[in-house]
Amino acid sequence: MPKYWNEKIECMSRQEMISLQNERLVAQVKHVWDNVPYYRKKMEEKGVTPDDIKSIDDLHKLPFLSKADLRDAYPYGLLAKPLADCVRIQSTSGTTGKRVVAFYTQHDIDLWEDCCARAIVAAGGTNEDVCQVCYGYGLFTGGPGLNGGSHKVGCLTLPMSSGNTERQIQFMRDLGSTILCCTPSYAAYIGETLHKMGYGPDDIKLKAGIFGAEPWTEEMRREIERLLGIKAYDIYGLTETSGPGVSFECEEQTGMHINEDHFIAEIIDPDTGEVLPEGSKGELVFTSITKEAFPLLRYRTRDICVLTREKCSCGRTLVKMSKPMGRTDDMLIIRGVNVFPSQIESVLLKMSNASPNYQIVVDRVNNTDTFEIRVEMTDEMFSDTIKSVEAVEDKISADMLSMLGIKAKIRLVEPNSIPRSEGKAVRVIDKRKLV
Amino acid sequence: MSVKQISIFMENRPGRISAVTKLLGEGGIDIRAMALADTTDFGILRIIVDDEEKCVKLLSEAGYSARATAVVAVGFDDKPGALAAVMQVLYENNISVEYMYSFISKEAGKAYIMLRVDDNDAAAAALEEKGFTLLNSGDLFGNK
Repeated sequence: MPKYWNEKIECMSRQEMISLQNERLVAQVKHVWDNVPYYRKKMEEKGVTPDDIKSIDDLHKLPFLSKADLRDAYPYGLLAKPLADCVRIQSTSGTTGKRVVAFYTQHDIDLWEDCCARAIVAAGGTNEDVCQVCYGYGLFTGGPGLNGGSHKVGCLTLPMSSGNTERQIQFMRDLGSTILCCTPSYAAYIGETLHKMGYGPDDIKLKAGIFGAEPWTEEMRREIERLLGIKAYDIYGLTETSGPGVSFECEEQTGMHINEDHFIAEIIDPDTGEVLPEGSKGELVFTSITKEAFPLLRYRTRDICVLTREKCSCGRTLVKMSKPMGRTDDMLIIRGVNVFPSQIESVLLKMSNASPNYQIVVDRVNNTDTFEIRVEMTDEMFSDTIKSVEAVEDKISADMLSMLGIKAKIRLVEPNSIPRSEGKAVRVIDKRKLV
Repeated sequence: MSVKQISIFMENRPGRISAVTKLLGEGGIDIRAMALADTTDFGILRIIVDDEEKCVKLLSEAGYSARATAVVAVGFDDKPGALAAVMQVLYENNISVEYMYSFISKEAGKAYIMLRVDDNDAAAAALEEKGFTLLNSGDLFGNK
């Protein structure tokens, strides 16, 4: 059984990797300079030209890109290839209603799927496996990414998408799925449902799971492993850089190997932007050095983590990142969906004509995120019948679903009942204790 | 002819009814009738008081969401079948009841209900025509 999908790259010496990165970075900066006026302007403002970038040691000279840039440049401002050369769009929910859209050429799709193939092989996958993909398919990168990786490896792929858990389990049993790909909370839910249906790990053939798109703890990993009788592997990625597979876990389960031949990782001080030495905790920044259509340079992920180059027992030399330990912004990841408090405020004010005094309460019950939005009642929203008050709740709930893409429980509360400290209300209560 | 009812939005958690009744008591508000509708998360307390303007002001100043709504107060003989007769009139006139509640009579042999219907005027006219007694705020608090 092959241990690596691409042994040459995954186990490359540091020196070889640096020279590969140097070569690719220099070419990529030139490609972006020539084709992305938005970024070229940022470079000019910083007084940097492609001639200044001779190796990865010069990376710090380049300007950062942030989520705000993606909004400003929406939809085509960061596109580096003619649309005729692009074959795919994927998207993520963004702040204040504007989504992030990412473009892919066939080359970009191939490298992304290749990254996912590395993750599947690292989890023990071969062409003998049956890979059940229960990430959402569609604009969300989860389903398409793992689906493509699974094809590359040659697994028999079950493109289930999420939902209908009993059917998931029926297929898992009938078709002998051996690898499961989904969010960790859905994996836990499948595990619980399996037991509720009167089955256990011995009734299924699963051996491994590749779970990502939301934060999860070691406790949750052990719980999933116990419920399904598998080994659970973490996977990381973001639409802005491609999707899942930017980094992936090996059997050592002590962090995720970054596919450095495609993505150069840096850790910076989120306040000063200064690059921090290896082993420091800070904001993770990615530079795509091989992507054609949507090549983001120095993209600030807002995820806080640590990089380590300590030797890994799996034999891979790719740098490892810790699980994200938090965010530099107020983004919440709820059931795999990115949610910003500002989106909720905007829905309340613009769509629902409701009070902007709200509070988000996120918790995890039976390994599934619960998401409640408390909204203070106003005289305008209130009337004397239960059905009219419930209609207000239903309207807000429907507006939230259409904006956020996930369901929230709306709870109307009394005026001035949301605690305010120094006049500013506490907007988010996250009880999940994930880090 | 109608009576003003005050509705108050309350979260369904311990101490809320206690707090609001204490507030009204200290404000010297006389409550003549009341009903509490509840759901899992919230409740609506509906009260008939002697001074609705003062009551709304008190509640608003204390930070409650409160609203005055017109309801119909009907009096009838306190005997079996009398309530059914009232309901029959509403039904025959195609009037829908949103909610209703009864309250204590100070006059022997009489029963009273507060009605919240989709059309107060139509309900009042139909009930008066059939000889039912409608009350106004003065009737409710006249002889206290």
